[in-house]
Amino acid sequence: MENDMTRPFQINRRLTLAFAAGIAVLGLGGGAHADDASFDGDTIEWIIPFSPGGGSDTWARFNAPFLSKYLAGNPTVVVINEPGGGSTKGTNLFAARAEPDGQTILGTSGSTQFPYLLGDPRVRYDYKDWRVVLAAPTGGVVYASPSLGITSADELEKLQGQELVYANQGATSLDLVPLLAFRLMDLDVQHVFGFKGRGDGRLAFERGEANIDYQTSSAYLKNVQPLVEAGQAVPLFSWGSFDADGNLTRDPTFPDLPHFAEAYEMLTGEAPSGPEFDAWVAFFTAGFPAQKMIFLPNGTSDEIVAAYQDAATQMFADPEYQEAKLPVLGTYEQVTGDAATVLYEKATTISPELRQQVVDMLEAEYGVKLGN
Amino acid sequence: MLEAFAAAFADLLTLQHIGYMLVGVVIGLSIGVFPGLGGIAGLSLLIPFIYGMDSVSALAMLIGLVAVIPTSDTFSSVLMGIPGSSASQATVLDGFPMAKRGEAARALSAAFVSSLFGGLVGAIVLTGFVLIARPLILAFGSAELFMLSVFGLSMVGVLAGRSLAKGLAACGIGLVLGSIGGAPATGEFRMVFDVDYLYDGIPLVVVGLGLFAFPEIADLLRRNQSIAGGSTLGAGWFRGVADWFRNIFLSLRCSGVGCIIGAIPGLGGSVVDWIAYGHAVQTSRDVSQFGKGNPRGIIAPESANNAKEGGGLLPTLLFGIPGSGSMAVFLGGMVLIGIEPGPSMVTSELSVTYSIIWSLAMANVLGAGLCLILAQPIARLTTIPFPLLAPFMITVICFAAFQATRDLSDLLALLAIGVLGILMKRFGWPRPALLIGFVLAPQAETYLYQAVQFYGWAFLLRPGVLIIAAITAVSIWFGIRNRVDDTGSAPAGAAEPVTAASAPPPLADRGPQIAFVVLVLAIFAIAIWDGSQHSFLGAVFPIGTASVAAFFALMLLFVLILGSVTNPAVFDHERTGDHVGDPAVRSPWAGAAWIAGLVVLSALIGFFLAMIAFFVIFLRVRANAGWTRTLLLTAVATLFIGFLAGALNLNFPSGWLQEVVDLPWPLR
Repeated sequence: MENDMTRPFQINRRLTLAFAAGIAVLGLGGGAHADDASFDGDTIEWIIPFSPGGGSDTWARFNAPFLSKYLAGNPTVVVINEPGGGSTKGTNLFAARAEPDGQTILGTSGSTQFPYLLGDPRVRYDYKDWRVVLAAPTGGVVYASPSLGITSADELEKLQGQELVYANQGATSLDLVPLLAFRLMDLDVQHVFGFKGRGDGRLAFERGEANIDYQTSSAYLKNVQPLVEAGQAVPLFSWGSFDADGNLTRDPTFPDLPHFAEAYEMLTGEAPSGPEFDAWVAFFTAGFPAQKMIFLPNGTSDEIVAAYQDAATQMFADPEYQEAKLPVLGTYEQVTGDAATVLYEKATTISPELRQQVVDMLEAEYGVKLGN
Repeated sequence: MLEAFAAAFADLLTLQHIGYMLVGVVIGLSIGVFPGLGGIAGLSLLIPFIYGMDSVSALAMLIGLVAVIPTSDTFSSVLMGIPGSSASQATVLDGFPMAKRGEAARALSAAFVSSLFGGLVGAIVLTGFVLIARPLILAFGSAELFMLSVFGLSMVGVLAGRSLAKGLAACGIGLVLGSIGGAPATGEFRMVFDVDYLYDGIPLVVVGLGLFAFPEIADLLRRNQSIAGGSTLGAGWFRGVADWFRNIFLSLRCSGVGCIIGAIPGLGGSVVDWIAYGHAVQTSRDVSQFGKGNPRGIIAPESANNAKEGGGLLPTLLFGIPGSGSMAVFLGGMVLIGIEPGPSMVTSELSVTYSIIWSLAMANVLGAGLCLILAQPIARLTTIPFPLLAPFMITVICFAAFQATRDLSDLLALLAIGVLGILMKRFGWPRPALLIGFVLAPQAETYLYQAVQFYGWAFLLRPGVLIIAAITAVSIWFGIRNRVDDTGSAPAGAAEPVTAASAPPPLADRGPQIAFVVLVLAIFAIAIWDGSQHSFLGAVFPIGTASVAAFFALMLLFVLILGSVTNPAVFDHERTGDHVGDPAVRSPWAGAAWIAGLVVLSALIGFFLAMIAFFVIFLRVRANAGWTRTLLLTAVATLFIGFLAGALNLNFPSGWLQEVVDLPWPLR
């Protein structure tokens, strides 16, 4: 019971234990010990602002037992789905209600980062308030139909001047990344909106309705690689990933494919730069290298953050984790500590001018209005 | 392929496999009997356990659960008139009237045999279909999917009831409600009025509960009888099975249709039961009993909705695209087990696919078998005096409604739709027509826009579109011949005598119905006004549908003011029902007021506390129960709902009290 004094008095799901903790706090003055945050007998609620069964939910349910195993005191970690408002609802709830006691954590995704970056009126949370624990990256590969007369990534310039069709989930969704990329590359892409996910969009590509598409890495390996082998799809480039210094490099999962900046250079002869490229980098980071993140609420103590980071570090080394992670995480490694902080800062920062520029472009060219 | 078959069967028939499947089936059954708690809740309950299990056992458990949900949700549809899930809304139409006649056991057994049969037929169809499914699924592009939604909408013709104008206007309300939220083409938010809740649109489960369950509860609360209304429970069990056997070909056709429609990603499973129901009506000689308790009206949707689950496996397994919420969770579960869906499921991993398909069939047999055994005893619920049952049912529909988004707004929406449902029932407006419009509005709009973008208007000439259009035309023709509603069948021939044969009765007598039409016109006016605030692509669908529907509503208004008494459009249950003048019958609004009371209390002190208070007050005041009985029933309900919420890790909607004081779970 000694360990329970390390966090402030609060009532949790396990009434009896909380009651005991309360007595301990009253009796001993509730001095907080800095060194060891323990969650013995606690139930940690992991808020996932998405429905059960989606990518974020699966990711959380994969990680939850490992967190439970490596957090001191082996607390129960339960995943609580709070879907709605394109993930803004559950996140707002977390921002408004979560206590900084390490008992409530939030799992976000690109779909949570994007409305924040775009200034969606439904967003009542600020990433800058929170402490990041872990970031889970992913990547993506852009591919096209051989009907465009292209046979490999080297022939990228053949796409110029052709009418391309992309099945889009919505201009403010993760598909903003390809939308900005195609604009930068000056490709003539018709975006058809209203698709329910990348899987739905891939179906449109397979039906021949769309002729350019992208998939995240694991979906690409499982569902597009067979198409490539059958000669029904041609991989063009990956979005890329960041090296330790934050430079865009080739995606280690697809070392043979150029990354976006390389592809841009192949088309235009020069490296990408300028505000439009900066906007792409901001949304790309929020959508791919830092797609999923775990946060602790505003005001959480350094000890609790450290306890979580330690648990994450130990989890990464667990052979069981190593063995099971492939279908859920693909070939990417989750990161914690400084590496996670770097990604978090990059993925949640955009200058007001850049934001305005993207919002104006979306409204002028795609009729998109944020909110009412 | 034979090898894959043999390998799959070897896996399937082990004791371990069947044992784990049984665990899944039992959990699915216990969850599925609760309206609103479908496969999603059940699967999220299982997922923590499957993690780390070997993949065959884990898969068996998942499948056992998925298979039994569309079977077990029939209990509440038949016994209480509460649609157990969006897949069994049509079952309410004839199932509940049968329960009210004391034939609950007959209705349930007919439903369960149909489910069992549907599941088996589904598996047989899938066994062959899975090999050719990839190209076939790919043949359904946006153009074909648009035409399929039109086909679904054509079922309104069958379900429009006595007055076609009423039916089309009702469908229009559904289309307007269904277009609330983000526009598919531009993402503009329509008719949200700055209310966060409306951004995602109104959840289907709330609409289903509001339209069907709410008015039934309000209606039952007017009397002090039991649901079965004093009629004795016959030994209906065997009759139900016989009913099914007489209609075995209907069951077979609906299973096939259910399986195929379930396999097409994008249309969604929610219309399958209505298409099956419409088909049952179209192919019946005597339609006078539909909506009043015709077993065919149960057999058709129940055969289809189990087969649909099997069909829904195909896009999930082959493309990684889940066709429904429960399939989404199934997909998540598969990934955690380490099975990744993709094209290899029909090549190198065909044996896994077969073992999934046949597990589903086996789980269907287990699940439906268990339900069949339980049908007779559970049917006794319908003999309990309703005032004692009512607080449970009211709690259950509220609990089910807030599963949608876990927000107090779910309850407010339930209340609003419930009042609409009561009015529609009173004035003879076909509620299924609204529901079909609601379900298909987003599909129809999205696919039309996409088809035009991809193909231009030439999409109308694609062969697939023409074939589906021809089927639709035939369906409409049959539909016009055999129309039905929940107040009785239509006279043969759809023509409505608009001319006033006799002098119309005093206008005052028709005041309420006329006022309701004006209210509906106001809804359309709001939709048109809101549309005018948006860009062309965001506005064209709601303005178009609302204008057409407003035209029919105006026609109806004209008939109501000038038409004769014999015109089928003139209908007010409060003036012509058999209960009129019976002093033992209370106001239709009393029931609604009780439910509203629970919602208001929830807003004040949070749902959990409100429910406890509601139980005590209701049982004391309305049911005149003694203190012992009141406290006992309240304790049972509290423990039960608390246990359920605890097991599912869910928080109740909080109220004003929770804003002020930090309370422990489950009070928070």
